[in-house]
Amino acid sequence: MTAAIELQDASRAFGAVVALDRVSLAIAPGEFFALLGPSGSGKTTCLRLIAGFDRPDSGRILLEGEDVTDIPPYDRNLNTVFQDYALFPHMTVAENVAYGPRVRGVAAEERRRRAGEMLELVRLGSYGDRRPAQLSGGQRQRVALARALINSPKVLLLDEPLGALDLKLREEMQAELKGLQQRLGITFVFVTHDQGEALSMADRVAVFSQGRIEQLDTPRGLYTRPRTAFVANFVGSANVVLGPAAERLTGRSRPFAIRPELIEVLPAGATPAEGTIACSGTLEDVLYHGASSRCHVRLDKATLLAVSRAESAAGAPLPPQGSRVQLAWRPESMVHLEAG
Amino acid sequence: MLRSVSTFFQRRNAFYVSLLLVPPLLWLGTVYLGSLFTLLSQSFYAIDEFTARVVPTLTLATYRQLVTQPANVDIVVRTLLMAVAVTIACAVIAFPVANYMARYAGSKMKALFYVGVMLPMWFSYLVKVYAWRLILAKQGIVSWAFTSLGLQGALDALLATPVVGGPSLASSYIGMFIVFVYMWLPFMILPLAASLERVPASLLQASADLGARPAQTFRNVVVPLALPGLAAGSIFTFSLTLGDYIIPSVVGAPGYFVGMMVYQQQGTAGNMPLAAAFSVVPIVLIALYLTFARRLGAFDAL
Repeated sequence: MTAAIELQDASRAFGAVVALDRVSLAIAPGEFFALLGPSGSGKTTCLRLIAGFDRPDSGRILLEGEDVTDIPPYDRNLNTVFQDYALFPHMTVAENVAYGPRVRGVAAEERRRRAGEMLELVRLGSYGDRRPAQLSGGQRQRVALARALINSPKVLLLDEPLGALDLKLREEMQAELKGLQQRLGITFVFVTHDQGEALSMADRVAVFSQGRIEQLDTPRGLYTRPRTAFVANFVGSANVVLGPAAERLTGRSRPFAIRPELIEVLPAGATPAEGTIACSGTLEDVLYHGASSRCHVRLDKATLLAVSRAESAAGAPLPPQGSRVQLAWRPESMVHLEAG
Repeated sequence: MLRSVSTFFQRRNAFYVSLLLVPPLLWLGTVYLGSLFTLLSQSFYAIDEFTARVVPTLTLATYRQLVTQPANVDIVVRTLLMAVAVTIACAVIAFPVANYMARYAGSKMKALFYVGVMLPMWFSYLVKVYAWRLILAKQGIVSWAFTSLGLQGALDALLATPVVGGPSLASSYIGMFIVFVYMWLPFMILPLAASLERVPASLLQASADLGARPAQTFRNVVVPLALPGLAAGSIFTFSLTLGDYIIPSVVGAPGYFVGMMVYQQQGTAGNMPLAAAFSVVPIVLIALYLTFARRLGAFDAL
């Protein structure tokens, strides 16, 4: 099957700063794909190359197997939802949505009808005559979506689409975007720095760091089998235990990661279960998060571990801060990381 | 002590604001608007044909004279056409320059352009006008350049154009037009560049992303969003041309312009009412122009 989007060894530098360093990736048709990374990691540059707003210094970009490296954005069959939505302030909502058909020479009557349909799709049917400035952030976002989808693109690119929304709206829009993508069956590529967003929405995630892809995997794969310390830390904040500390705990110097919720907290005198790795330390603090609590335990072997304990967990309540505790985990909970 | 003074002002905001605003408002209200009003009222007075004294009785005779005498109507039409032509030429020349400054120039290049655009404004206006008279004269550098390039015929053909042509560039409306455009170009470039700088790059990308070719993006997005700057710049070029009396008297054909008429009527001719009536002409024309620009939606994006 031909990939919807393919990057082959794409590089892009801005002066001395290498934004993208020989990145290759293939996105399947109909996939919900996330480009995840901290700011400056190259994810936005990657999106801009796909959209055609920027050209790679070397390497190629293919859309459905066709080399589009030198094709300007207006001749590429994909559309973008911008981080700031980029709605035209001098046009009404309906004119904004109808802009794509308008510049492609669709008759006024036909494009008015299609713009109306798209606005219905994003549940803004009665807002056509307003100006973008009269809408809330969430409504503007939906207008931007309708405007990008009206040309029936094969691929929709979304640049931090939910970044400017407040938490509650963000969660609503996550579900809405996911539903929309499944209904339309087109490829969605979205850029985000929010790992929770990437994990909950995407089919596959490419984690970027310093212009390279650290790991490309399903959300579950990234969470349960991070390959590097960066991914383990960035995706769902695991405990990353490096060489010397790892050797003291497990007898092997290979670094490993362990998720906070896979560690059990036991009172100082208790006997850990058969086959677990156990160690003792001091409970430094407890942060209450509602569904769970997060404890920081300073181990006697000089490492700090975060432990997450569900409020619904059975067993004795947490001992007070400053008390001695034991931590125990099953060896298979540890994920060994690539060195470096 | 100081603290209690600032607390006093902080608590009585209205008092503080009025303290700041009253002096300039007094100046604007009495000196500026007052003299403008006196001038306007003069235009409704008549002049005694024999004594050349201003008779302070209200009459529309001066305005009748202005709109019925063909010579006076010619002056108004000539000035208006020149102002329109200069404004259009300035807009056409300024747009690419301003667009480059706002969107493509690096920070050093941008500074260079801003200085370059403003530099001519630091020199005496009269020096520039007289310099242009020499540049455009029959033995001037422009005519010399045309001759050296073997293009004497082209220049002669241009000067042979009826009405706007003349014996030399310095004594034709074409020459006057060139000097006007040169003089007022910075007043068009600066507001235009400022308004283009406020157009986010993402809007242009969005337009291209939706399938618009560069020319369509320019027409549908760049120009509409630059309209406030274009309107501001054109108010400058239009009104400066309407009111100027030095350029038409130093460069160009002998026909009178509104500004020259005001100067001559209140000076040598001593006809204060007619001078006042002529000075009302630019005010009316600019008011009409602003209404027109507003209708076009030039201020919607403000």
